[in-house]
Amino acid sequence: MIELDNAGYSYGGAEIFSALDLSLAPGSFHFLTGPSGAGKTTLLKLCYGELIATGGQVRLFGQDARALGRDQVAQMRRRIGVVHQDCQFLDHLSVAENIALPLTVSNRAAHPNDVTDLLGWVGLTRQANQRPPELSGGERQRAALARAVIMSPDVILADEPTGNVDWEMSQRLLSLLVELNKMGKTVLIATHDLSLIRTAKSQISARVLRLKDRKLQLAGADL
Amino acid sequence: MTPRLQSLIDALAGDPQADRAVPPTGFTARLTVLSAAAMAFLAVFALALSLATGRLADRWASELAQTSTLRISAPAGQMAAQTQAALAVLTTTPGVASARALTDDEQRALLAPWFGPDLPIETLPVPQLIEIVEDSAGYDATGLRARLSAEAPGAVLDDHTRWRAPLVEAASRLRLLGFTAMVLIAAATAAMITLAANAALAANAQVIRVMRLVGAQDTYIASAFVRRFTLRALIGATAGMVLGTLAVLLLPSTDAAGGFLTGLGFQGWHWLWPLIIPILAGVVAFVATRHAALRTLKEQS
Repeated sequence: MIELDNAGYSYGGAEIFSALDLSLAPGSFHFLTGPSGAGKTTLLKLCYGELIATGGQVRLFGQDARALGRDQVAQMRRRIGVVHQDCQFLDHLSVAENIALPLTVSNRAAHPNDVTDLLGWVGLTRQANQRPPELSGGERQRAALARAVIMSPDVILADEPTGNVDWEMSQRLLSLLVELNKMGKTVLIATHDLSLIRTAKSQISARVLRLKDRKLQLAGADL
Repeated sequence: MTPRLQSLIDALAGDPQADRAVPPTGFTARLTVLSAAAMAFLAVFALALSLATGRLADRWASELAQTSTLRISAPAGQMAAQTQAALAVLTTTPGVASARALTDDEQRALLAPWFGPDLPIETLPVPQLIEIVEDSAGYDATGLRARLSAEAPGAVLDDHTRWRAPLVEAASRLRLLGFTAMVLIAAATAAMITLAANAALAANAQVIRVMRLVGAQDTYIASAFVRRFTLRALIGATAGMVLGTLAVLLLPSTDAAGGFLTGLGFQGWHWLWPLIIPILAGVVAFVATRHAALRTLKEQS
């Protein structure tokens, strides 16, 4: 699905990381952890074509990300659902319209049941007609998750999805992501919340990767 | 319908859904509409000026080129004799289609703008004017002057060459000025819309980020802005065109305005010309916004 082969990234002459190898196989579940500033978000951005690796190669669904045009990157993103910690929405549209936005921009008609079902799945049925600024942090994260999966993407990338929510809500979000993985979706979560990782490992088989000292390592038994 | 034509129609029609993705911007929208209206209003006048001066140049060129004036300045006792002698010379001159002496009423009408309608022309030493109409071949002005100097010493031939050329030149320059003004108005409209579109793109950076995140292509994002600015330019230019045309319609009439303003405005089917202004404004807005949007999106990627 997504492969990093000896990939590196530098910005303004500073090397963020180098020589990373990573392969996200279909249906796999990965955690990406590491200290703040280690480059977790940058690594995720390489995985959905927001950034281009300055070294090595990144392949998205078998294609060299460096060779993709902007329109092709846009097409790729319809197969990759992304959830950010500071999830952004179009504030003048309703929650339901925001969730349907990936369908809208790809000129696919949004079936009302799809949006309704998704709203029910993430527990936002009552908030369907509200505007995003009216939502709480947890509700925004769930709305972002619903938006990320409405196109039924092959891969879900989540960057600190539980960073702004309480423990109970983080468990709920995790259960949604686990559910998606059980449906066959590939999931990669960047987080420094070790308790979240431990909870997940008790439910599914997840690989934990640690980004530290500009290198990617497989985390050991300390988790 | 060919795919290329269909894609062009799709691009012009835009996507209401894409338009909705960009939040409404009341103040800048009103400014864009107002600017487009003002530009269209000015464009109507530039168009009217171009068409009127074009007509004026054509008329001066054709009318003055085909006519000449013979002025007889002689003592009162010789006026009639010299006039008859001059007319006799003219009727036998090759290239002269017709020649006739202006009546007192006609001469009075010519002087009326300066001296009023009740001028006692019979009592004044006013020269007698003879209007000469040339045929297509024209006459030999030098030879005619030589013959007239012998037969009617008080006759002065004015073949209009002296002042026809600068008048036609001036009218042509005015027409060029009108077209230049229209080109400048179109360029200013394009610049204004480009600036407004750039401001809108900058103000909606978050919207663009979100749309990109969910897989929107550049053309889709651009279409939201293109549709919006094209519609604003169309609406504003239509309003400006209607007001400008009404203003031209309400200009003083030919009789009231006097000779120089004769024909300023539109005549006949030329009244349809202003209809092209909103269409041009829409095309200019479409091209300017699309270019600005795609360039900005490329720079942001």
